[in-house]
Amino acid sequence: MSKLKLAVYWTAACGGCDVAILDINERILQVDEAAEIVFWPLAADPKYDDVKNMPDDAIDVCLLHGAIRNSENEEMARVLRQKSKVMIAFGSCSAFGGIPGLANFFDKKEIFERVYRESESTAGKAGVYPSPAVIVPEGELTIPEFYDTVLTLDQVVEVDYYVPGCPPAVDTIWTALEAIITGELPLRGTVIAGVKTLCDECSRKKEEKKITEIKRPMEVEIDPERCLLEQGIVCCGPATRGGCGARCTSANMPCRGCYGPTDHSIDQGAKLVSAIASIIDSKDPEEIKKITHLLSDPAGTFYRFSLPGSMLRRKRKEDVS
Amino acid sequence: MAENIGVYVCHCGSNIAAVVDCEKIAQAASEWDNVVIARDYKYMCSDPGQNLIKKDIEEYGLTRVVVASCSPRMHEPTFRKTLEEAGLNGYLLEMANIREHCSWVSKDKEAATEKAIALTRGAVRRVVLHQPIKEREVPVNKATLVVGGGIAGIQAALQIANAGYPVYLVEKKPSIGGHMAQFDKTFPTLDCAACILTPKMVDVDRNQNIKLFTCSEVVEVDGYVGNFKVKVRKKPRYVDEEACTGCGDCESACVMKNRIPSEFEVGLGKRSAVYIPFPQAVPLKAAVDEENCLYLKKGKCKQSCVDACQREAIDFEQREEIVELEVGAIILATGFEIFDPSVGPQWGYGIYDNVITGLQFERITNASGPTGGKVLLKDGSEPKKVAILHCIGSRDENYNKYCSRVCCMSSVKFAHLVKEKTDAEVYEFYIDMRTFGKQYEEFYNRVQEEGVHFIRGKGAEVTEIGGELTVRAEDSLLGVYREIPVDLVILNTALVPCSDSEKVSQIFGVSRAESGFFLESHIKLDPISTTNQGIYLAGCCQSPKDIPDTVAQGSAAAAGALAAIATGKVTTSPISASVNEDICSGCKTCLNMCAYKAITFDENKKVAEINEAVCKGCGTCAATCPSGAITNSHFTTEQIFAQIEGVCENG
Repeated sequence: MSKLKLAVYWTAACGGCDVAILDINERILQVDEAAEIVFWPLAADPKYDDVKNMPDDAIDVCLLHGAIRNSENEEMARVLRQKSKVMIAFGSCSAFGGIPGLANFFDKKEIFERVYRESESTAGKAGVYPSPAVIVPEGELTIPEFYDTVLTLDQVVEVDYYVPGCPPAVDTIWTALEAIITGELPLRGTVIAGVKTLCDECSRKKEEKKITEIKRPMEVEIDPERCLLEQGIVCCGPATRGGCGARCTSANMPCRGCYGPTDHSIDQGAKLVSAIASIIDSKDPEEIKKITHLLSDPAGTFYRFSLPGSMLRRKRKEDVS
Repeated sequence: MAENIGVYVCHCGSNIAAVVDCEKIAQAASEWDNVVIARDYKYMCSDPGQNLIKKDIEEYGLTRVVVASCSPRMHEPTFRKTLEEAGLNGYLLEMANIREHCSWVSKDKEAATEKAIALTRGAVRRVVLHQPIKEREVPVNKATLVVGGGIAGIQAALQIANAGYPVYLVEKKPSIGGHMAQFDKTFPTLDCAACILTPKMVDVDRNQNIKLFTCSEVVEVDGYVGNFKVKVRKKPRYVDEEACTGCGDCESACVMKNRIPSEFEVGLGKRSAVYIPFPQAVPLKAAVDEENCLYLKKGKCKQSCVDACQREAIDFEQREEIVELEVGAIILATGFEIFDPSVGPQWGYGIYDNVITGLQFERITNASGPTGGKVLLKDGSEPKKVAILHCIGSRDENYNKYCSRVCCMSSVKFAHLVKEKTDAEVYEFYIDMRTFGKQYEEFYNRVQEEGVHFIRGKGAEVTEIGGELTVRAEDSLLGVYREIPVDLVILNTALVPCSDSEKVSQIFGVSRAESGFFLESHIKLDPISTTNQGIYLAGCCQSPKDIPDTVAQGSAAAAGALAAIATGKVTTSPISASVNEDICSGCKTCLNMCAYKAITFDENKKVAEINEAVCKGCGTCAATCPSGAITNSHFTTEQIFAQIEGVCENG
């Protein structure tokens, strides 16, 4: 039997997912035994043309991590989709937008203003913005176009499976790789992770969800046994898909929500808003206001990994009625 | 999904058709996916209208029906029945409210029509996803719990008991009778309140079907319509009810005699620590006031009451007990409290001796009251000028926006009683006179003829000028500012919700209106039911009302309870929430959210569980559930979003 042809690619991402694949340690040998890595910019030194010149469906499985932030990301996503039999959105960025997706609380203009003009570290001439094409004495230089809105992979190409996580936990990765190697892939569209939310695998004691204060982890001595939310620390666990092994909560830190929503929830952020609102133990509007104001950056907290893939998708555009 | 949908647009006479182009809606609807027939008709709820639907169901093989008409609260049951009669499940219906939401709230024909089309399109999109669901029938326990022993509770209890069914009447005070027992005469007939109330109180005591619990409070309600399980905390009376004859010897012997302000006399009289609340009390039994009894409080007292009682009825060993009851229906008749005018120093209550509340005046003018029925000032002299101020704490943005409904008439009554008993000049300060009941206006006219001065202007301030009590007001008829010196001021205070009504609403799972009074199902068509099926409201706990209205509502609530008892079964809505155990992660976020206590936690499976019979399908838990494990039937996410998309889509 010929070896499985595997591709790994990154779009708008930090590279943590690449490292996470290597974190499977010696099991990488099993991967090597079963698969031939035909394209992996981080590990090898391929060129765009290498993949563009492949016949369609030449790649058996492509693990693509990263959000779609610019035209190059989109182009490569389309090329890889065409060359791959199975496309896997790997990691939170490609599955739901991830950290780069938080840029959707702004638009291109605001981001450029901040980065190329206002930023304290802007060097050289302020207010010079990147442009897809620029004429220099040597001729025309081009760079990819920066999009107004960050997209998820499945908003650009068809995706067969999702492996969430920032980065995906080693066990989640291995479950996915094992399925690929053995060919025992689940139903198309499956999110390869837990079915229930994090609370199911979090061993903390849950008693009564009632809070009168919202605290940040560094402001309190956290009880390692009790549910973090019940201690007033915003934990995204109740609205976040499990499967990660509760790695954050077992390290005394609240869940940040990187595994995204469950199959039965459309909008993880909205679910978190209603969950937190439900457990605030007060009927006095003024007191409720006071408590909710203790939460810094609610939008960024509730939609930390899921904004582009959520129902909300992005901040409202002012010029659209 | 292919469905055959019939769309019916109602003109509601001219209620809808005058503003909304019904024909245009039907025309637009006929073009939508799945719609096989769309019609508009003058009155869809009429027999011919309903027959139209039935005929179409048969002829066109309709599988879903959309009616664009009035609020579903009005006619959803009507059209569900229409569908059922034609052999379709009633829940395969969706209504678009194009009357209250369109024609009644707009004069812009084009915009109203456009909105009506959007709402109808939303309904069509939604109805495709409807599932046939079945109403459930549950057996009904034939006993009824009535909470509150005022005139509303007494009326309801007697009505049910006289129909031959058992009633538990729970009253937190030592005697039933409520506020009405404190009143002197009642408007408009000037019947003595005690004369018409006491026989009913005695009836309660004697009725074999009524089990009376005084000094008792409901602490827990579980279950659902037809099958409530109630826990009643029976506080110790420290008097053996069987042995006590109500002779009053203990009261006279008590070392605290005449030292404790009497609640019944609104602080104007004094009582003992062991006391009979008032001469006509039911049950006519003494009770020991824990807070003020020296023996119970300090353990030191010569216990002269024990010595005085020949029946050896005083029993300091009595302890609180929890009584468990099973009932099919509950009637809440928990009444009201009187607004405390001391919160507004402008009225001088608690500052000047001769500023009293209306309820205090009731006691003063009552023959069995602290002054033996004589209208007297604090110093024992007769007043020469009396001011009666309406709307104290009512119709006032700073306190309560609502009208307390009884104060105009009781003020007129006070004026009459002052006139009858003294030679005083009487000044009434009113905003508007509201004497709308049967024989009320006639009574007002009579008192006007008695020479009472009616000043149209709210009594804004009660103060002392040159040692004289003075009422300041703007006379809005004369357009002048007036200062009228008087020697007695009666503040006719608002009727306000009981201070424990928040707690009571939680125990019984009923909602409260903005005013704080309990919320009825429908303000006009169902003022006695609550959103918690099987729990009814009677009297002032629903809103301020006078005695005739209270009695009527007491009877109406009893009729509501009796309807279920007589048939022995009730149907409950099939709309309810359920937990998908495969998704629920046991985070417990939903547990505190259910107003009806339908959610419990299964510690073995580590998942939430919803008791369908108790669930009212309100959807709070489904919205709360962070994992999406809870869905509410007939209001699924898919149905709601299909509706939203239908409404928002252009064209």
